[in-house]
Amino acid sequence: MKLAGVVCRDAIIAQLGSSERDAVIEELVQSLSDHKKVRAANAKALAKAVIKRENEASTGIGKGVAVPHVKHKSVTDPLAVVGCSQEGIGFASLDKQPVYSVFLLLSPASDPDKHLQAMETIFKNLQKDDFRRFLRQARTPEAIIEAIKDADGDSN
Amino acid sequence: MSEQTYEIEIEIRNPEGLHMRPAMQFVDLANSFESDISVGHQDVSADAKSIMQMTMLAATCGTRLKITAVGSDADHAIEALRDLVDNKFMDDPDLAVGEKEG
Repeated sequence: MKLAGVVCRDAIIAQLGSSERDAVIEELVQSLSDHKKVRAANAKALAKAVIKRENEASTGIGKGVAVPHVKHKSVTDPLAVVGCSQEGIGFASLDKQPVYSVFLLLSPASDPDKHLQAMETIFKNLQKDDFRRFLRQARTPEAIIEAIKDADGDSN
Repeated sequence: MSEQTYEIEIEIRNPEGLHMRPAMQFVDLANSFESDISVGHQDVSADAKSIMQMTMLAATCGTRLKITAVGSDADHAIEALRDLVDNKFMDDPDLAVGEKEG
């Protein structure tokens, strides 16, 4: 699975408006809704579910990245959106450092394997130092899309 | 203490697979031991002490993983990790979220 196949490029936010965790989650879900990737009627419930999951255990896994996610019955295929913050977001991360790149992932409730595959794709790439650095430096959605293409290995 | 190597094969049996929460439990437990611990799935080998690497395994329900521990407390590490997996990571409330919400 390729990152470009999971991430909704239109909904990418290169400069998040908020540096507060819950507001960032709402902003990213709203962006998916604005781009008709999730139904507007579900947006509130989805953001709430992601925040609830996040409250149970932080997905801030260190190195400036967080992967908030939830499995939800309104989702049919894993759908991710990327948001970057220049200020840094408090995410209660494992290493207690701020988060600069957020991958928000919505997965179907009925297909745990698809969720695992999407997570594998995201984490496989977040492990790369270069990818994290490019994301951190990105100031435009185009730069983020470029970084994703590079990471997927089809930059031409 | 002398270096020792222990290795077992385990099977992930929770229906949701080894997703992030159980993976974190696994990593936390692995970190409580001195031994180097790795988890192998097909041609991928992950450091059991790194959540990034463990999540990368994408171990679905039914996946067989090979756990290898090398160090003075390798036997205890293997035993503790096997117990955790056998207990299906004490189950977890994560899976219910989608059903309850929305």
